[in-house]
Formats: sequence, C-alpha cells, structure tokens
Amino acid sequence: MVICLGAITLVCSALLACVYSVTQEPIAAASEARTQKAIAEVTPPFDSLEDACTSDGTPYIIAKDKDGNAVAYVLNASSVGFGGKLSLMVGFKPDGTIVKTSVLSHSETPGLGAKCTDPAFSGQFDGFDTNTGVLSVRKDGGDVDAITASTITSRAYCKALQNATDAYRAIAASLVVEEPQDSLAVEISEESIEIKEGKDNE
Amino acid sequence: MSKFALVTKGFVKDNPTFSLMLGMCPTLATTTSAINGMSMGLATAFVLILSNMAISAIARFVPDKVRIPSYIVVIATFVTLLQFLMQAYVPDIYETLGLFIPLIVVNCIVLGRAEAFANKNSVLDSALDGLGIGLGFTLSLTAIGIVREILGAGSIFGCKFVPGDGVLVFVLAPGAFMVLAYLLVIFRKYIAKNE
Amino acid sequence: MEYILIIISAVFVNNILLSQFLGICPFLGVSNKLSTAAGMSAAVCFVITLSTLVTYLLQHYVLDPLGVGFLQTIAFILVIAALVQMVEIVLKKLSPSLYSALGIFLPLITTNCAVLGVALTVVTKEFTFGGEAHMLNLGESVVYAFATSLGFGLAMVLFAGLRETLALNNVPKAFKGIPVALLTASILAMAFMGFSGLV
Repeated sequence: MVICLGAITLVCSALLACVYSVTQEPIAAASEARTQKAIAEVTPPFDSLEDACTSDGTPYIIAKDKDGNAVAYVLNASSVGFGGKLSLMVGFKPDGTIVKTSVLSHSETPGLGAKCTDPAFSGQFDGFDTNTGVLSVRKDGGDVDAITASTITSRAYCKALQNATDAYRAIAASLVVEEPQDSLAVEISEESIEIKEGKDNE
Repeated sequence: MSKFALVTKGFVKDNPTFSLMLGMCPTLATTTSAINGMSMGLATAFVLILSNMAISAIARFVPDKVRIPSYIVVIATFVTLLQFLMQAYVPDIYETLGLFIPLIVVNCIVLGRAEAFANKNSVLDSALDGLGIGLGFTLSLTAIGIVREILGAGSIFGCKFVPGDGVLVFVLAPGAFMVLAYLLVIFRKYIAKNE
Repeated sequence: MEYILIIISAVFVNNILLSQFLGICPFLGVSNKLSTAAGMSAAVCFVITLSTLVTYLLQHYVLDPLGVGFLQTIAFILVIAALVQMVEIVLKKLSPSLYSALGIFLPLITTNCAVLGVALTVVTKEFTFGGEAHMLNLGESVVYAFATSLGFGLAMVLFAGLRETLALNNVPKAFKGIPVALLTASILAMAFMGFSGLV
C-alpha cells in the first residue's frame, strides 16, 4: 500500500523534474521575450541597448541609434493599485516626453482597473510632455482622464509614472553633472542640457 | 455506449456545469470574457483527458486504501505539467487565469471523473470521456464568458461592437452569479422541453 | 495596525466566496441549513489556518532551499490531504463531540479549493497592506488565512440564513434550488461590493 503510493509519487516527481528541466529554457525565453517586447513598445526605433544604473542603484536602459546617440531612456515604474502591485515600463525621450507606457504586470479587477492596459487609457500617455503636463487624474487637478469607476487604478498608474519621471529627471541631471571622459558622450549630454534649458525658458 | 456518444454526452446530458454542477469556482471566476472562459475550459480538458488515461491505466494496481491520494498525485502532476507548458508557450493566458490553473487539482470534475468513470473503463474510453466532459466544460464556460462579455464590455472575443462601456456589474462578481443563474434556468427549460 | 487591515480586507473587501470565488462548492452545497453551514465554516476555518501554517513552512524551509519549487502543487495538496486525515483522527480521540459535529465535513474539505487557494496565495502573491507591496511573513500569513476563513464563515452563515427563508417562499419551478440560490448570492455579492475601496 505505502510502497504503491510511494512509487506513484516517485514516478510523478521524476516526470515533473524532467519536464521542468525541459521547459525551463522556453519559460525563461518567454519572459525575456516579454521584456524585449515591452522595451521595443516603449521606445522609438533603436539600434542597440545599453544597461545602466543610477547612483542610488535604480537600473535603467538606454536605447541608442546607430551613431550611439541616446534616443530613449527606459525605466521600470511601480506603485500600489487597487488589487495589488502595478508595474509599468516607461520610455522617455531625452527631452522628457514619454514615448509610450506598457503594463508589465497588474492585479486589478477585470473589467474595471484591468482596463489600464487598454489604449483608450494608456494611449493618452503616448507623447505626454512631463515638463508641461501634470501626471494626475483630472479629479486631482491633473491632465489624465481616469478609467470609469477605477480612480484608484488610474491614480496608481499616474503615481507610477510620476515616480518614473522623477527617476528620469535624476538621471538627466546626473548626465549633466558627471561630465563623462568620453568626448562623444560629453557632446550628447551638453546637447541635452541645451534642449532642457530651452524648454524651461518657454 | 458508442464511442461517439461517450464524447457527446458531456455537451448536454452530463454537462459538468449545468447538469452536474461541478467545478463552480473556475466557472464563476474565470468567465469575465469569452476568451478567458474558453482558455480555462481547454486547460481543464487537457488535464482531464491525461489524468483519465493515466488513472484508468494504473487503477488495477492501486490498492483501495490509497486510491484517492494516488489519484490526487496523478492529477497534481498533470496540472503542474500544464503550468510549465502554459508559462512557456502562452504566458499571457497563464498570467490572466493565475491561481485557477493550479486549482484545477481540486476541481471536483477531474477527481469525479476519475472515480466515476476512469477507474473502471479502458484507457481509450476514459480518454474519450475526458474529451467529452472537458469540451462540455469548455462550451459552458465559453457561453457564460460570451454573455458576460457582451453585457459587461459590449464585445465578443475582444471585438468591440458597442461603443463605450457595458454594464460593468456583469464583469464583476455579482454578474457571474446572475449570468450563471439565468443560463441555468434556460438550460433547465430546454431539458424539460426535450424530455 | 497592519493586522487589522489584513483582517478587514480578507473578511469584507476581498471576501473569499463573494469576490474571489474560492470554495463555491460547499457554498452552494451545504448552505441549506444554518447549522450545517456553521459546522462547515468551523471545519474550514480550522483546516485553512492549520494548512496555511504548514504549507508556508514547507515552502520556505523545504521546497525553496532544495530548489524543488516545481513540486509545489503536489506537495501542498498532499499536505492538505494528510492534514485533514490527521485532524480527523486527532479530533476523534480528543473531542468526540466536536468530531461528530464536524466529522462529516472534514473529508469534503480536501477538495475545497479555498484551502489550496489560500495556501498558494500566501506564498506567491505580493500583498499591499499599508503601502509597499511585499510577501507576507509567517505571522501575517496565518492571520490572513484565519481572517479569510472568517470571511468564508460570514458569507456561509449569511447565505444559509437567506436560503432558509427562501425555502419557505414560492419560487418558479425552473428557478427552484440552485438558480435562485445563485441569484441570492449575486445580491449578497453586490452588498459586499460596497466594502470595496475600504482598505
């Protein structure tokens, strides 16, 4: 009796261990593909990607064109929504406008908060200028139309984006301050200062 | 019973949702849209067919006293297998259905068919029985999903045909109970008429 | 403070029966009489709390260190099945009166998806009580499990009370039994939706 149950459990565990080792690779590939897809979604066409890290350890990705100029900065952002953690991926142009946002994972209610993945809501952040626009829902005096009956989710989305924007500003500032040795990089960062300053004066 | 009848009996006569009232948790929880309902149904059908076959193959060697635990182990194995496959090849659907994929283990339909059919029938018959019941489950989940999606979001299988929002409550918890109740009434009327 | 939030959230806001749809089988099956509903709730409460404690320890001290996370589902369901058996034996010895009250429900609990559902939730989902998203620790997990089963009990008892009254009324033939019970549950779920946004 015990032997029989033991044998079944053993065979099953062995089978699972085999399948696990076989599927581990496709699973990793699938999650990698998802990240890549999200990055491609939130950036303009780019040539290469470079991983980078801020001084306080927040990782981000720089998308560069074939001359090595940065075309977008990609950041992860998260906040607490209605059902749990809401995490997004955001791409910023060097001038501080959002290229696009993409929801990585959420646990919002289907039919309500889950609509944050709909282009009807997330589309309004495409090309959103963080220098002039206010990232909060209209009810709170911002420029974002909330999802019907899901203000908490909409607020969470805005808050995540605001966090990302703050992080991006810190990155942009550090690029200015650091004055990297690489002459090409210096040129880029100086260019971006000019663009930024030009914006501020408007 | 002919092989064909084995498969088709799950559609109406032994329909797991409307006739046997089994597996209510996924029926209510995952039918927020037609596609979600259908994915859940197919996932359950996959486990049902494999576990029915495996159990009918080993039933003779398993002593009666450890019958249930053995069956549960077999079912849990196939469920975990399904989890890996879904994670690898359809990660989006896996994410949407979430907790309800591992919970197929405790779906009464699967253990119920093992006990009522698979352990006293041949491997082929058990596979057909699993296929029939699994498809019946898929059909009813898809039906509930379609109704809820039309009423709640104004779309079918993601294709929007009514502008604006639907009646939100049908996508939420109360709507699940309500749609199931009315579909059940319609099913009963249909059965009563045909008898 | 966080424990209070966990309890309010699990009992009212995210009620396991009326908003998460776990454990619907006993919800529809044994809610004809108030006394059986109460007995079932007590048994479920006992098993959920105990099994969550054991599966939490199993996950963090056995499965994770050994790197055999893929055995999670099998291990959890076996632990729950074994635990239910053990509770049955212990109760029979220690408290025959409690056993005779809960006894018939115990074997049913193994296949109650609320038990496995809660056990899996606490080791896989990040919760957001009081701000940052984080995994629950042992104490929080047990409190969460207990509160969830309280929510189960609350919905069960309310529902059974309604169904007892309902049984005395004249219901159209096609609606008799489960359909009208489902409609009642729908209204109850609507009432519980009023709690949403509380935590």
